[in-house]
Amino acid sequence: MSNATSQNETVHRVSFLDRDSVNIPILKILQADGTVYENAVLPAIDEALAHKIYDTCVFTRVLDERMLGAQRQGRISFYMTCTGEEASIIGSAASLDNDDVILAQYREHAALRYRGFTTEQFMNQLFSNEKDLGKGRQMPIHYGSSELNYQTISSPLATQIPQATGVGYSLKMQGKRNIAICYFGEGAASEGDFHAGLNMAAVLKSPTIFFCRNNGYAISTPTSEQFMGNGIASRGPGYGMHTIRVDGNDMLAVLAATQQARAYAVENNAPVLIEAMTYRLGAHSSSDDPSGYRSKDEEAKWQQHDPVKRFKLWMINKGWLTEKQDSELFEKYRSEVLAEVKVAEKLPMSSVDTLIEDVYDTPTPRLKQQLETLKTHIKKYPKSYPNSEGSV
Amino acid sequence: MAEINMLQAINDALSMAMETDDKTILFGEDVGHFGGVFRATSGLQDKYGRDRCFNTPLTEQGIAGFANGLASNGMTAIAEIQFADYIFPAIDQIVNETAKFRYRSGNEFNVGGVTFRTPYGGGIAGGHYHSQSPEAYFTQTAGLKVVVPRNAYQAKGLLLASIRDKNPVIFFEPKRLYRANIGEVPDGDYEIELGKAEVVREGKDITLLAWGAQMEIIEKAADMAAKEGISCEILDLRTLAPWDVETVATSVKKTGRLLINHEAPLTGGFAGEIAATIQEECFLYLESPISRVCGLDTPYPLIHEKEYMPDALKTFEAIKASVTF
Repeated sequence: MSNATSQNETVHRVSFLDRDSVNIPILKILQADGTVYENAVLPAIDEALAHKIYDTCVFTRVLDERMLGAQRQGRISFYMTCTGEEASIIGSAASLDNDDVILAQYREHAALRYRGFTTEQFMNQLFSNEKDLGKGRQMPIHYGSSELNYQTISSPLATQIPQATGVGYSLKMQGKRNIAICYFGEGAASEGDFHAGLNMAAVLKSPTIFFCRNNGYAISTPTSEQFMGNGIASRGPGYGMHTIRVDGNDMLAVLAATQQARAYAVENNAPVLIEAMTYRLGAHSSSDDPSGYRSKDEEAKWQQHDPVKRFKLWMINKGWLTEKQDSELFEKYRSEVLAEVKVAEKLPMSSVDTLIEDVYDTPTPRLKQQLETLKTHIKKYPKSYPNSEGSV
Repeated sequence: MAEINMLQAINDALSMAMETDDKTILFGEDVGHFGGVFRATSGLQDKYGRDRCFNTPLTEQGIAGFANGLASNGMTAIAEIQFADYIFPAIDQIVNETAKFRYRSGNEFNVGGVTFRTPYGGGIAGGHYHSQSPEAYFTQTAGLKVVVPRNAYQAKGLLLASIRDKNPVIFFEPKRLYRANIGEVPDGDYEIELGKAEVVREGKDITLLAWGAQMEIIEKAADMAAKEGISCEILDLRTLAPWDVETVATSVKKTGRLLINHEAPLTGGFAGEIAATIQEECFLYLESPISRVCGLDTPYPLIHEKEYMPDALKTFEAIKASVTF
């Protein structure tokens, strides 16, 4: 095995590479007015798929708008939107098989929705009630569903990246023609986990798609303060990895790239890196105020590239959607979300007994003893523990 | 039964685990064809193929993250961290991810199939980056099991139990015993239950408690004490998390005294946790303060290894101080 590429050119005077030595084209298929670029090669998409994608876009817009509002009203403690990044997330999710495993960062709930997570399930997690699959143990937006092959979100950044390499490898070893897909932001690519995960995936031949949402900001830190190279895509060839850069606000470009990345990963048992160039239109989270670090003009400019609007125009051009159907869809989800909020916020929290479950496969004697001590204490002062008062 | 050393016993356990569960994957730095720097994985790549036993790039956080991913999707992952001193780059993956996978997801996902094997401890002139005993860092993390064998027989039985346990386990292997400890080890498949301490020797005046490589130290100290007419009961904790409070408390209620010995520094060491718990459980039975004989609160030194170590002589002195308190 060679230590570098097999055909190193020889030079006889000093010559350095720099950030522009690697020329990375960006795949664009759909224009802002909803028409397709001349000579563009479209992804595999029919009317039914287009509707499923658009439906997920609308649901996500509504969910984000309503739940950010709910957070502002103090009904939930925290929220994160994916506004502006819907094409990146939904376009990639729509290219997958349901048995492909998704390891998301935290802003990819649209992919979970695409898989079939119900409005009620979203609400149960956001309100941490007794029906939350995560048993009320994590902050809002930390969704997960084994049924839908969507691994539960972890707050520490980038930890899912080497894990995705392991999941991809496990799928290969299980003889499945499936892949793992790992989402992360360009900020997460600064963590050691990014290097560890991508390098291992390339070397160990793990069928995994590493999907970078380059959305311009890691909380308040712009990309200019995050890295000096040619984005994240430039690192792919460095790892010996198939790599593509796409317009992350272009649903058809994301779809096309991910469809082909998936096929390549399955056929070759190899990873692929996708860098989607997009923009986080909203705040980082409900605890953040972007007006402190970026201008209204900048945001307004990116509003022109709204990925949902662009895809909607394409569907209208195709005759697959009307403005009337569009507003009806928004209305449908507005009332559905509102109705589910009302149900979910009234449900009780899970019993205090669940506190010691799932630490180990069965609670240890010490954990059982600690629970008994706690329950005795709660019985003595029930009013001081309103979440558990009823369950002791 | 064959007389083999601890490395051979570990190799035997790994082979058995891979043979009995074809979803078992073994990986780490240099563990492939080379068989690991201590040769614990010798021959396994030949037997089970490069897909199931392989070298990884040199990245502990990657190894741990990869292990988590494998296990989260139904595989059994055995990851070698070449020296316990180098487990720290992986600490976020282990402490925030491995340990909490099941809890944070409400058991939607778990990585119970992960076992980290790692050589630990001093006495090999390794200086401070080849000699540490970092077990206490992990005992505070709910969701992990921490296991340390003291001999070849235990190494095989406890390792097989760790690999097959439905929870992630960190398995610390006392490297100074790797070749030094030779004993009878059954050829067949057997497991030693996790979470149970072992009464190694019965006695009536004081309970001596340790794990792993320090067991031979407290046994030596007990022999020295016996010559002075002091009868020591010797316990091997074997599993530090979750640990066997009952067996330790029963022994201390009998002897009235407890000495805990570990190589790791005194402050924040696991002996502190044991002492606090046993004081609660056995307060009215104690004849003297619980004694800790541990490493100094310094990094592990090279030339002063002998001075640093909680050796048999220091232990012997502490035993006498305890019984004459």
